[in-house]
Amino acid sequence: MDLNNTVSIPSLTATNPLVILNKVNKFYGENHVLRDVNTIVNRGEIVALIGPSGAGKSTLCRAINRLETISSGDIFIDGVALPDEGRELATLRADVGMVFQSFNLFAHKTVLENVMLGPVMVRRTKKSDARALALEHLDRVGVADQADKMPSQLSGGQQQRVAIARALAMGPKLMLFDEPTSALDPEMVSEVLDVMLALAKTGMTMVTVTHEMGFAREAADRIIFMADGQIVEEATPTEFFSAPKTTRARDFLQKVLAR
Amino acid sequence: MDVLLNNLDLFVLGFANTVLMFAVSAVFSLLLGVVIGVLRISPSSSMRAVGTTYVNLLRNTPLALLMMFFALGYPKLGLPALDYTTLAIIALVLYTASYVAEVFRSGINSIHVGQTEAARAIGLTFDQVITVVLVPQAFRNVVPPLISVFIALLKNTTVASGFSVMQAGAISANMSERGENLLATLLWVAFFFFLLVMGLAAVQRKFERKWAQS
Ligand SMILES: Nc1ncnc2c1ncn2[C@@H]1O[C@H](COP(=O)(O)OP(=O)(O)O)[C@@H](O)[C@H]1O
Ligand SMILES: [Mg+2]
Repeated sequence: MDLNNTVSIPSLTATNPLVILNKVNKFYGENHVLRDVNTIVNRGEIVALIGPSGAGKSTLCRAINRLETISSGDIFIDGVALPDEGRELATLRADVGMVFQSFNLFAHKTVLENVMLGPVMVRRTKKSDARALALEHLDRVGVADQADKMPSQLSGGQQQRVAIARALAMGPKLMLFDEPTSALDPEMVSEVLDVMLALAKTGMTMVTVTHEMGFAREAADRIIFMADGQIVEEATPTEFFSAPKTTRARDFLQKVLAR
Repeated sequence: MDVLLNNLDLFVLGFANTVLMFAVSAVFSLLLGVVIGVLRISPSSSMRAVGTTYVNLLRNTPLALLMMFFALGYPKLGLPALDYTTLAIIALVLYTASYVAEVFRSGINSIHVGQTEAARAIGLTFDQVITVVLVPQAFRNVVPPLISVFIALLKNTTVASGFSVMQAGAISANMSERGENLLATLLWVAFFFFLLVMGLAAVQRKFERKWAQS
């Protein structure tokens, strides 16, 4: 079965699909939080997932590495259907980096150990090599000088950059960001966005849930606008921000851009 | 004092057996309890159901009844014969493990869910998430209540008196055969239990104080 032909996305072509979502539905009890979501993320593409609170953006983002199970539909990553919980899923998750709103650094480990843990435990990298790798990635996000501190000793912006380094140290094919700057003090937002912008330029495939419209406009190849569990609009940033097609998107933009 | 000195043999034997039963039961209920506790937080719903059923069943059965089942019921099952002490230990282990499981589970659950999610997201397997990320952080939340469970276990060893297992709780029965004063005997037994429990409680306080500072 050729998946590219079975999933149709109006106005967008799947040239090199990395993530395929096919008729994805999710219920929380009675609450239908994802409704027939279909989309494809191509390799190297930067997708910004935006929409009002409660739209289902986080649920969708988390469904992609199966931190959230779905009620029906299919999700494929690199041609492989998401497996059930177990070793196979863990192997797949190792290739998908995830950055959370609340950083979630391992509280009992130093910054360096946070970044080394995945390579050592999952990739079975030698300790000395993992240390070098971790320092390289910490340097890349500008916090190498904090390597021996505990996460709680770092500012929010620094912690989030460590979290990005921790994900990158696994050498992921895909990075998922769920509102990476929403928990940050305003003055720390840009240091994290700068790291993400730099990452976007390296050709990394990224799916980012964000309220930072400036970032979405500058970095994204495509905007997915969600409301009430549905994809309401998919467009390039230029199209979306200058001429949103739906009233929902127009209302949303009016509200966020007015702030 | 005479009550104690004249019957030191009984006291020493009784408390030695109590401490032995306690130590063996503590080790095995810790092992079994952690296994049940892991079942209780497993991502598989059938595993969770097994853990939950175990805990509900064992926690809601009076220990004396459980011991009675082992002392009276087990020999009728036609399995290899076991002495009463061993049967009492098995009953204590099964019973105490349900409490250990709950302490373990609530200790793990006290860790923010984001820690688990971050660990799963980098590809750690379920057992790695538990051993590398959760247990080290839950340790300080688990040890003090675990010691409370063990204090209860220490006292529960006396329930085995009903099944002619010679331990501290059975000293008084043996003493009355020797025609000693029952009340004085009981006071001495209680006093030594008090010392043992105080010892465990001191360890508990030490951990609590150490971790309260950091
Ligand atoms: N763990 C959960 N249990 C029940 N309902 C949830 C849970 N997580 C999210 N929801 C509900 O699902 C819907 C979508 O939530 P979410 O994906 O977090 O939205 P967004 O990220 O777009 O703000 C909301 O109605 C929310 O209340
Ligand atoms: Mg969200």
